[in-house]
Amino acid sequence: MPKNNVIELREIAKHYIMGEEGFYALEGINLDIHLNDYIAIVGSSGSGKSTLMNLLGCLDYPTAGAYKLKGTDVASLDENRLAEIRNREIGFIFQNFNLLPRATALQNVMQPLVYRGLAKSKRLEMAKNALNMVGLQDRMQHFPNQLSGGQRQRVAIARALVAKPAILLADEPTGNLDSATTIDIMALFDRLHGDGQTLIVVTHEQEIADRCHRVITLKDGHLISDEYNKIASTTSQKSAASDV
Amino acid sequence: MSNLRFKIIEGTRSAAQSVFAHRFRSFLTTLGIIIGVASVIAVVSVVQGFSANVSAQFDGIGTNVISIDRYTPPKSRLQGKYARLTYEDFLKIKHQVPGASNVTPNLQMWGSNSGVTYRGQSVSTRIFGTASTYQKLNAVYCEQGRFFNVSDDKSRRRVALIGPSLANKLEIQGSPIGQHISILGEWFKVICVTEQKGKLFGFDQDDFALVPFSAAQSLIGGHWGSNIQISLSVDKLEQVPQVKRNITSILRRAHKIDSGEPNDFEISSADQMMKTFESIIGSTTLVLAGIVSISLLVGGIGIMNIMLVSVTERTREIGIQKALGATRFDILLQFLIEAIFLCLLGGLIGLLLGFGAGSLISNLTDLPAATVPMWAILLSFGFSAGIGLIFGIIPAAKAANLDPIDALRYE
Repeated sequence: MPKNNVIELREIAKHYIMGEEGFYALEGINLDIHLNDYIAIVGSSGSGKSTLMNLLGCLDYPTAGAYKLKGTDVASLDENRLAEIRNREIGFIFQNFNLLPRATALQNVMQPLVYRGLAKSKRLEMAKNALNMVGLQDRMQHFPNQLSGGQRQRVAIARALVAKPAILLADEPTGNLDSATTIDIMALFDRLHGDGQTLIVVTHEQEIADRCHRVITLKDGHLISDEYNKIASTTSQKSAASDV
Repeated sequence: MSNLRFKIIEGTRSAAQSVFAHRFRSFLTTLGIIIGVASVIAVVSVVQGFSANVSAQFDGIGTNVISIDRYTPPKSRLQGKYARLTYEDFLKIKHQVPGASNVTPNLQMWGSNSGVTYRGQSVSTRIFGTASTYQKLNAVYCEQGRFFNVSDDKSRRRVALIGPSLANKLEIQGSPIGQHISILGEWFKVICVTEQKGKLFGFDQDDFALVPFSAAQSLIGGHWGSNIQISLSVDKLEQVPQVKRNITSILRRAHKIDSGEPNDFEISSADQMMKTFESIIGSTTLVLAGIVSISLLVGGIGIMNIMLVSVTERTREIGIQKALGATRFDILLQFLIEAIFLCLLGGLIGLLLGFGAGSLISNLTDLPAATVPMWAILLSFGFSAGIGLIFGIIPAAKAANLDPIDALRYE
């Protein structure tokens, strides 16, 4: 069902040259990501997860292959168009939250909308909605250093969501969180998925991967498995249903 | 373009935020600009205050006033020959030069005995013998009493006009009008105290006594040939060169100067003096501005240095911003606005400090009140913004060119 493909990767390769030798961080990657997919990308360190994440997030160009995002060939776009795609179609969530330290939670969430050139009233409205969605309506004027780790990650999620992106890209989103908060954040992801969001989570934690519907495994720059996780799918559907 | 407007507003807000987040550092960064602008403004305000004051003095005189003084070439001075302007010269100019009016003789009584005494209080001052037309030429008005009239002069009446400083020095109780003072041993009745003019170049313009020219002549006895100074006004400004030529030929003939010999007198007009003065002020201002712009240059380099540090420090933030969709231009704009903001802030502080310093200098000394002309304000703001732009562009470009992946990974 190609019409529902948000992302299509064809024979994607990323080649690095280090000193005299070159090596492939990624090679021959073919991947279709469908609307409302809930994907975990797993693999040991050096497997090419981060490289794939950067390519999917339009932070980097592949050295070969084709990348279509919502039907647009991204690999051929210039830097400014890529920035626009990141702004509109991609929501990043990082392991260390990456909030702007001198901006309040609200200002952090408004930041992507600044680059879109939206008027302040519109930015405020959208940012407040996004913060409501992650349950931080009471913390809008707090600075990142006044928030707990879980709250910071929620701000980051609100920031990723505010532009209503085609995909949410989370890079080890719970890597810096304790287990209770990890469960909270994953529950939030489940709920977002239930609302129709397409999510991609890069992780090396098995419990996180188990929660996702589809697990893609990388090894040495190659995609070695891509399978649906039936059990996780049902539990996730259940939790999504129980949240509503 | 509303897009750009929002970005500029947002950029200014975030620039203010980051400048005030590191208040002390921002202050040190912009110190070069502060000092540079403060010195420009202090210097300009004092010089301009000075020049405004002098111009006001010249305005009182009027630009169509000509004055004639003796001039002795150095060579003759060595031989002990001094040129003189005489009463006869005055009469010739008065009667033979068309277009000249208010021709006024001025007899200055120099010497150690130019003393004025009132009830045992003896002071020395400048004493001039002059005519009633003096008022029209020099814009001198009476605060109390009346000026000379023609009959005072004709009948050698012993009346005197005194400046307010002289009135103070003589410690006259009550109104000086009608009091008698002794000038060079003769009694004069005070008929006028002039309006205060203040000091110019530290010189008290209110310390003098004026007496009718005829009375002054009789005071100094038989010296009918005493040197005088002659001033007059020209009816129409365009006649000034013609009048000067006429006077020159009359005086050369009267003084029997052979052609080829230099004049033994000097004709100057207020207009000319003012132009000379303005050009001196102008070049002084330019030289000072040049010196000060070097300090602004140094300030600019300081700004660039700190901006480069700040870009490195915020590498990760820049990475985040790029991941969120900031373009090169967005980042460039943000850092440029920050540099300009910093410089303008420095410029503003410098402006206030400079004006404060200028006012302080003119208050502590006898210089006239400091004034800051609009052009100096605009210039220093323009210059500050320009420095921000020029020295901000390299750090801003460095920030804009950062690779988002590397920047995000930066620790």
